[in-house]
Amino acid sequence: MSEQRTRPTTNVDDPILRAENLRKRFGGIVAVDGASFEVERGSITGLIGPNGAGKSTTFNLITGVYRPDGGSVVFDGGDVTGHSPERIANQGLVRTFQIARELPEMTVLENMMLGPQNQLGESIWRSVTPVVRNEVIQEEKQLRERAWETLELFEIDHLAEEYASSLSGGQRKLLELARALLTDPDMLLLDEPMAGVNPSLEKKLLERIHDLQDEGYSFLLVEHDMDVIMNHCERVIVMHQGELLAEGLPAEIQGDEAVIEAYLGGDV
Amino acid sequence: MGVVTLKERFSDTTAQEVFGGILVLGIVVLLLDLLRLVATGELSPGRLGSLLWYGIVDSLYIGLAAIGLSMTYSILRFANFSHGDLVTTGAFGGWTVAYLIGGIGAADFGSRLLLDADGGARAGDLGMDILASPVAIVLGLFAAAAITILVALAIDRLVYKKLRDAGGITLLIASVGVALALRYIIAIFYTQDSRGIVASSPRVGPVNLHEATLVVSAVTLIVGVHLLLQYTKLGKSMRAMSDNKDLALVTGIPTERVIFLTWVIGSGLAGVAGYLIVLDRSQITINLGWFLLLLIFAAVILGGIGSIYGALAGSLVIGITINLSLVWIPADLNEVAAFVIMILVLIFKPDGLFGGVETA
Amino acid sequence: MSERTIDTDRWKGDLLLLAKIVAATYVGFASLGLVTGVPINEVAGFLVTVTFFAASFALVTLALNLHWGYTGLFNIGVAGFMAIGVYTMAVLTASPDASPAGLGLPIPVGVVAGVLVAALVGAVIALPALRVRSDYFAIITLGFSEIVRLSITSGTLREIEVGDRVYGTGGGSGIGYTPVDSVIPWLFDRPGIGLLGDLLYGIGGLVGITTSIINRLLYALVIIAFVVAVYALLQRLAYSPFGRVLKAIREDEVAARSLGKNTKYAKIKVFALGCGLMGLAGILWMGSRSLVTPESFMPVVTFYIFVALIVGGSGSNTGSIVGGFVFAAFLWEGPRFLRTIARANLDTRSPPTIYDAALELAAFDVMPLVGYFIGSLDEFRWILIGVALVLLMVYRPEGLLGDRKEIAAATDLSQRQGGESDE
Repeated sequence: MSEQRTRPTTNVDDPILRAENLRKRFGGIVAVDGASFEVERGSITGLIGPNGAGKSTTFNLITGVYRPDGGSVVFDGGDVTGHSPERIANQGLVRTFQIARELPEMTVLENMMLGPQNQLGESIWRSVTPVVRNEVIQEEKQLRERAWETLELFEIDHLAEEYASSLSGGQRKLLELARALLTDPDMLLLDEPMAGVNPSLEKKLLERIHDLQDEGYSFLLVEHDMDVIMNHCERVIVMHQGELLAEGLPAEIQGDEAVIEAYLGGDV
Repeated sequence: MGVVTLKERFSDTTAQEVFGGILVLGIVVLLLDLLRLVATGELSPGRLGSLLWYGIVDSLYIGLAAIGLSMTYSILRFANFSHGDLVTTGAFGGWTVAYLIGGIGAADFGSRLLLDADGGARAGDLGMDILASPVAIVLGLFAAAAITILVALAIDRLVYKKLRDAGGITLLIASVGVALALRYIIAIFYTQDSRGIVASSPRVGPVNLHEATLVVSAVTLIVGVHLLLQYTKLGKSMRAMSDNKDLALVTGIPTERVIFLTWVIGSGLAGVAGYLIVLDRSQITINLGWFLLLLIFAAVILGGIGSIYGALAGSLVIGITINLSLVWIPADLNEVAAFVIMILVLIFKPDGLFGGVETA
Repeated sequence: MSERTIDTDRWKGDLLLLAKIVAATYVGFASLGLVTGVPINEVAGFLVTVTFFAASFALVTLALNLHWGYTGLFNIGVAGFMAIGVYTMAVLTASPDASPAGLGLPIPVGVVAGVLVAALVGAVIALPALRVRSDYFAIITLGFSEIVRLSITSGTLREIEVGDRVYGTGGGSGIGYTPVDSVIPWLFDRPGIGLLGDLLYGIGGLVGITTSIINRLLYALVIIAFVVAVYALLQRLAYSPFGRVLKAIREDEVAARSLGKNTKYAKIKVFALGCGLMGLAGILWMGSRSLVTPESFMPVVTFYIFVALIVGGSGSNTGSIVGGFVFAAFLWEGPRFLRTIARANLDTRSPPTIYDAALELAAFDVMPLVGYFIGSLDEFRWILIGVALVLLMVYRPEGLLGDRKEIAAATDLSQRQGGESDE
């Protein structure tokens, strides 16, 4: 059983996200096998583990892309286990994907404009009815402003009118993060946000994440770059073969024998 | 909110289980009703037997066509809407050869070449049955396969080869275009008139010889395909490609060669199916294959796309359904029953009735 | 205000393009006809027929564009939804004394009910079917349209006795009802409008065009009015946040859901709306007939619409109208017109089979073969449509007009109040 390895999660005072005993099987393969952890409100928490440890599956279970076979997910005090992805996103838990899911045949701006929640014009009637439509247009102008500002923040505003499909891998990652921000989330789950992003941009991106943290956002990020994890995360969660291997401060994790063994002895 | 939660609970696995339960329940109820009907004498055992037999016969030619459709679906990765018209091609091509050989001296060359389009080569006058012209009819069977294979390979070269990297929907639409063009090219030569071109079947005792020919040919071909796929290197390559095309490419399986053979086997069987349908029913029309296409799709989907044995099992289900359903519903709604089953399976059990186990 | 002008400019540009294509086509066909000696009444009749079909096709194509072009819902059961609209309207409006009997309701009630029932059935189908892969969805919708067609053909629904009247679908022989285009003569019976009618008939008489052609032209204009209204509606949808959600569903539904968009509801709504429009289009299309039969809703009808949509470029409403027109003029009615010209100028005796034609060709007489081909025009038209589909898929999947960047937003996104991009 994995329970004995899991350290008591005493250092988390005010969890924004709590996963308890999550399980997911695909056919005969157990991808996630009873993972439990908490994420502190307002923190940047890292989720690491060798390939196949179940990190992405865990993300998918938390955000409703997959339905867990067992266990529960509590976000901001409410049970969201097995809820649909859109419902979870609407509650303020928004994610990005390991391979960026930009909307290829839409422009960068269109992609961005999709972010904001509960837009007036998402109702057919408001979009179509003559006078009421003016409200929609007004809101569109405000959202457009926010979209441009966010693009500038991520320094991809020069690409605003390109199709998203013409962006490089790193730019797509930025677009996805910028778009997620426009949803006004409380917490962001970032799946390898630095993959394919060049070093100077990576530095800026990390600064941006810290700025957002200062504004009160919480982050859970999957990352392979240990420097990023060790230097930028307050807490680290380690998964191995679908189970929770360790949890603690970066320094503790660095010295944890089980973690070292998992990385060296595993199938990295 | 309550409604939403309820709906959420009903997704994926649960819905499939519920559907599976309902389906099994429905089948049990129908079987019990069938027993009741036989017991009360409303349905004579003889009629039940003949309905089942017709179901098996139908499932054999549907199955021949379904193997090819399943193969192209899994290896070329698209729903080929022109597959039905390959069936039609086989029917017209094969019978033209049978007429040319079998009717020498009995009718004009032109009338025979166009399968009695002008009413100058009646099947009865030509002796178009298996006892009177066995050689012509057997040669016609081979010709049906050969002609359909050539047509399919030509179409692949002209159309599908240029779309190898395109998405499934692009290919699907192109295949609709191919279907229309092919069907009406046939119509220009043979006209759109529906006509009977096979003389009524001779009988030996209770055995309808044309039906027997159909059954023997179909079973032989199915066993042949089974041996080919199980025991040759080629068969293994084909199975590997239908499982995972990218992986197959990496492991050095000659993709184009496998695609070539997929067309050869798939279209050859489709052509034979068309030829045998006409042998059994005598009627030939340019819409022969198109009207059959949805039933073939139903069989492939029921069995799980990519599985050849699944396609055969699916054909059996469809064949039995369209015949046995006549016990309860009028004859002009039996295809509706088959389509309803197909739609339900697609929605609730998209891997097919047998859970998507890829046997071959 | 500056954004408004950009919006209208796009509008104007599109309309201008459409007008140019239509004008060039009409002038081309008319002069070809007149030069080759086709009577003016026949030329006018042909142009009116093209207009009628263009408007009808455009309407269905717009609906299909909403499904496939915008939302990526690969619906190949268009014929089935059209059938539901038309049959609903026929049953409601047919005379109670006819056989099969109808309810004898006024035509507008029948039209509205036809649209609503088609939309409702669409919503019911959409509920479970929208979760499946697009190729499965295609097969489901095709299967559904065949279920509709086989059911209305079937003897079971042919005659349903209620009291002393016999209702039902009439099976293969269909339902007779008052044609929708009877609205034109009805209008001209009103005082005031009647004068306009007399005027138009008078002008027609002067140039040699019969009143029946003028009536058909006016009915075509009625359909065009519907096309304009539906176009305006769909443009507003397309240029709105809702349109953005639809596009996002087409591009990547998981991504859209992860951003909090309720894609399920959007898809159901849009599918029902499109099906309702297909019902409307079916009603207007069949509006010049007084009998509806299942024959009119063969699955192949759906593929006319696909050709039209792909010709114009899927994803664009303007393209849908252009595609509907090009399809009607060149692939649908054009070949018939060429046959008229050929028959007026050539000895087009058609031998019974192609073999006979080939025999005469061997005797150096080409005309029988030409005659045979002219006689096989319907088959050629199908081959042409099939080949057009293949060529489009291989060489121009984005349509004749090419890729058109139509930005789904209610305002011009490149304009900013902040001014930085204004430099």
